[in-house]
Amino acid sequence: MGSYILNTERDKREMLLEIGISSVDELFGEIPAEILLKRELEIPAGRSELEVKKRMQKIAAKNHVFPTILRGAGAYSHYIPSIVKSVTSKEEFVTAYTPYQAEMSQGLLQAIFEYQTMICELTGMDASNASVYDGATAAAEAIAMCRDKKRHRVLVSEGVHPQVIEVIRTYLTGVEDTLVLIPCKEGATDMDALKEEIGDTTACVLIQQPNFYGIIEPADEIGEIVHQTKAEYIMHCNPIAMGLLKTPGECKADIAVGEGQPLGLPLSYGGPYLGFMAATEKMMRKLPGRIAGQTTDIEGKRAFVLTLQAREQHIRREKASSNICSNQALCALTAAVYMSAMGPSGMKQTASLCMSNAHYFANELCNLKGFRMEHKKEYFHEFVTICPDAAKVLEVLEEEDILGGLMLDDHRILWCVTEMTAKEELDRVVDILRTYQGHEE
Amino acid sequence: MRLIVESGQKNRSCTLLPELSVPEYRMEASLLRGQELHLPEVSETEISRHYTALAGRVHGVNNGFYPLGSCTMKYNPKINDEIAAMEGFSNIHPLQPEYTAEGCLEVLKEAEEILTEITGMDAMTFQPAAGAHGEFTGLLLMHAYHTARKDSGRTKILVPDSAHGTNPASAAMVGYTIINIPSTEHGLVDLTALKAALGNDTAGLMLTNPNTLGLFDTNILEITRLVHEAGGLNYYDGANLNAVIGRARPGDMGFDIVHLNLHKTFSTPHGGGGPGSGPVGCKKNLANYLPGNRVARDGENHYLLQQEESVGRVKMFEGNFLIVLRALTYLLTLGKEGMADISGNAVLNANYMMKRLEDTFEVAYPGVCMHEFVLTLEKLKEETGVSALDMAKGIQEYGIHPPTMYFPNIVHEALMLEPTETESKETIDRAVDIMLQLYDKAQNEPERLKEAPINQPVRRLDEVTAARKPILKHSDEEHCETCVE
Repeated sequence: MGSYILNTERDKREMLLEIGISSVDELFGEIPAEILLKRELEIPAGRSELEVKKRMQKIAAKNHVFPTILRGAGAYSHYIPSIVKSVTSKEEFVTAYTPYQAEMSQGLLQAIFEYQTMICELTGMDASNASVYDGATAAAEAIAMCRDKKRHRVLVSEGVHPQVIEVIRTYLTGVEDTLVLIPCKEGATDMDALKEEIGDTTACVLIQQPNFYGIIEPADEIGEIVHQTKAEYIMHCNPIAMGLLKTPGECKADIAVGEGQPLGLPLSYGGPYLGFMAATEKMMRKLPGRIAGQTTDIEGKRAFVLTLQAREQHIRREKASSNICSNQALCALTAAVYMSAMGPSGMKQTASLCMSNAHYFANELCNLKGFRMEHKKEYFHEFVTICPDAAKVLEVLEEEDILGGLMLDDHRILWCVTEMTAKEELDRVVDILRTYQGHEE
Repeated sequence: MRLIVESGQKNRSCTLLPELSVPEYRMEASLLRGQELHLPEVSETEISRHYTALAGRVHGVNNGFYPLGSCTMKYNPKINDEIAAMEGFSNIHPLQPEYTAEGCLEVLKEAEEILTEITGMDAMTFQPAAGAHGEFTGLLLMHAYHTARKDSGRTKILVPDSAHGTNPASAAMVGYTIINIPSTEHGLVDLTALKAALGNDTAGLMLTNPNTLGLFDTNILEITRLVHEAGGLNYYDGANLNAVIGRARPGDMGFDIVHLNLHKTFSTPHGGGGPGSGPVGCKKNLANYLPGNRVARDGENHYLLQQEESVGRVKMFEGNFLIVLRALTYLLTLGKEGMADISGNAVLNANYMMKRLEDTFEVAYPGVCMHEFVLTLEKLKEETGVSALDMAKGIQEYGIHPPTMYFPNIVHEALMLEPTETESKETIDRAVDIMLQLYDKAQNEPERLKEAPINQPVRRLDEVTAARKPILKHSDEEHCETCVE
């Protein structure tokens, strides 16, 4: 069996002697006899590193890695630059704890500060925190920043990812009835329905940009409607799209949140990902979780430290702005390295490749018999097609090692195209479907 | 040191992506960002050197001893990271068909089976991303349980005053009122106060056992029984499981719900603050309320089971999967023989360290400790002016991460030490020798400790200005005059 314990039998004898007892078991004398485990745990016996590695390789082989992925819906396949993996596997970053001791954690604190700076740039907001668990919990935490006794109703567009809505609903346990869903019309948030529902008890309005169906929401117009009632405006954004689209800042959002996974994090069967959160200066002190700030040391040298801690659970306990303690620091570092490697031109290029590839593929797909776009609105890198037999389409592709879009129902598929699939590969996908249709006839 | 945005040159970049292979699609200008995008314009060389320099200014478990109480900073085995980096795990889409993600489902199921046996629970979810997220989830289970029984007056959660700050914060998120239960002079739950607080408005109790003072509550069976008799549920904060793993199980102590910190007890790295994983286990009668999907086994195969009575999702997809994978790798390596060895050596190391310090420093609660112990520097501070903070800063100069300071809140000038089982006697001896020297220094040259640290990249920081006039991002106007190349 493997073990990471250093004490030898001799060490143990010496230590027990110093303590003045004769066995390790004596140290557990405070545990009542009734609960002391008198049997071996019924779990597998320990194994050597070699055996464990072989076992895990075997389990990994039961998963299928698709070389071509045309599915997004909250988890996106993007190119991860080699430098990203190299930096984020540095053991100092990997094995450190939350930087409570600032003098000995300057590297980490500076990296978080740099991450916050880049998130603010990307979103056009004033202040960012050091991250939360994922895009969905970021949305739920953002809502918590806005609610109070008077303004308690939460308006969420149905264009928001269904799982994000589920998480929001869970976070509103006990006050679920304050959650109001605003329907979509032709793929985007229905402005008339929004105007109908919004009022002086509305705490906030949350939309997703681009929305779950890939459609680009009229985010600035929605912002105007929201601000007329003095409610807060939360935008849940795809960070890659932000390289190109009007920023939450420009749309007058009060809080920008989103799923940071596209910024250099692998698909990883859903986690760990990265919830980013940024706000206006006005709402800065309501942000949950860790925040790194710039200051100086006693000699006047620039330095970084965790700040605004009076918001946090270890100081405020039940009055804290959130219970969050651990965040996704290493994922935030990943995003920062990714954005550094991409730079402004690479971020725009990635967005442009995604959008152009997606539009090319959508056009080609719609040349196939029975395929058409569900919506006519402007979209980014995801879109919904209507076709006769969605399940069959996906099955045909799967046989060719292609993970097709996400099936929404019998006739609707939500596709996603990124920079990972260029013309040749997209043509192959369409050819496979065309050949299949030919055989069917 | 420069920030990365202060490095590089205009139009410098890394070449990473191909040219367009399809016609360029141009969006209507009104949809596009007008704001310039100021991100670093740097080469790969500069990125590599920048982060190497930053890494040189971080102290991780790999750099040296890290006895940060309550955080279980044990060694993070490298095989765990290697397995997590395998494409067969890292490149799996969370929404791909279940039969193409069979390996991921097997990982979740096997981790559930092992961890429920270790904790004495019946079912477990891996949705929560961290301990506090697990607490929130566990309290939702409590809420669902009472609601299903139409027992609607249960609005209070009892929390000992020695508890982690996350406990009351999590309870408040679910809308509960928090009742603080004082500790006795021996650091245990005050049974009289507990009895007085219990009633038909009690939703449940949250307890860490051993508690944050490093003490195992000998009355645990009576405590959990009293809560049950009052109609409440018992929640186990698993932050300190390292002390009893393989020797005692929360399920046998009378707990109904447990959260674990895979990034503490199960060796997954802390990543500078995360990602962690905070799975929640529960007894059979609560299993139907678990959030998200559950993994079911059918012979050799696995599938996801939607939970009809679920409290709802607490996170997208199936949680921090790669962290669970690392923990499973660790569990399979150590196996059943290894579990009691963890707690045995963790508790041995802590008691040895405490014994060597106790003639000089004042131990807050003398006697036998579990995996950690708390010193109080109250008297030292009165005598010399040297505080727990000063002592911590002094420790930094020796390449040792200081203990947790000023926690638990009920101990004045607290330093909380947790050596963990993955440290050697030599490492502990050296740390003790340093602390004893520092104690002498406090008597003889207290002003020297007030100046510490002097050999770190920066001296002590102005935290007050940082909070009063927060600078939370870099501004282009600022020129780095004070930074050192």
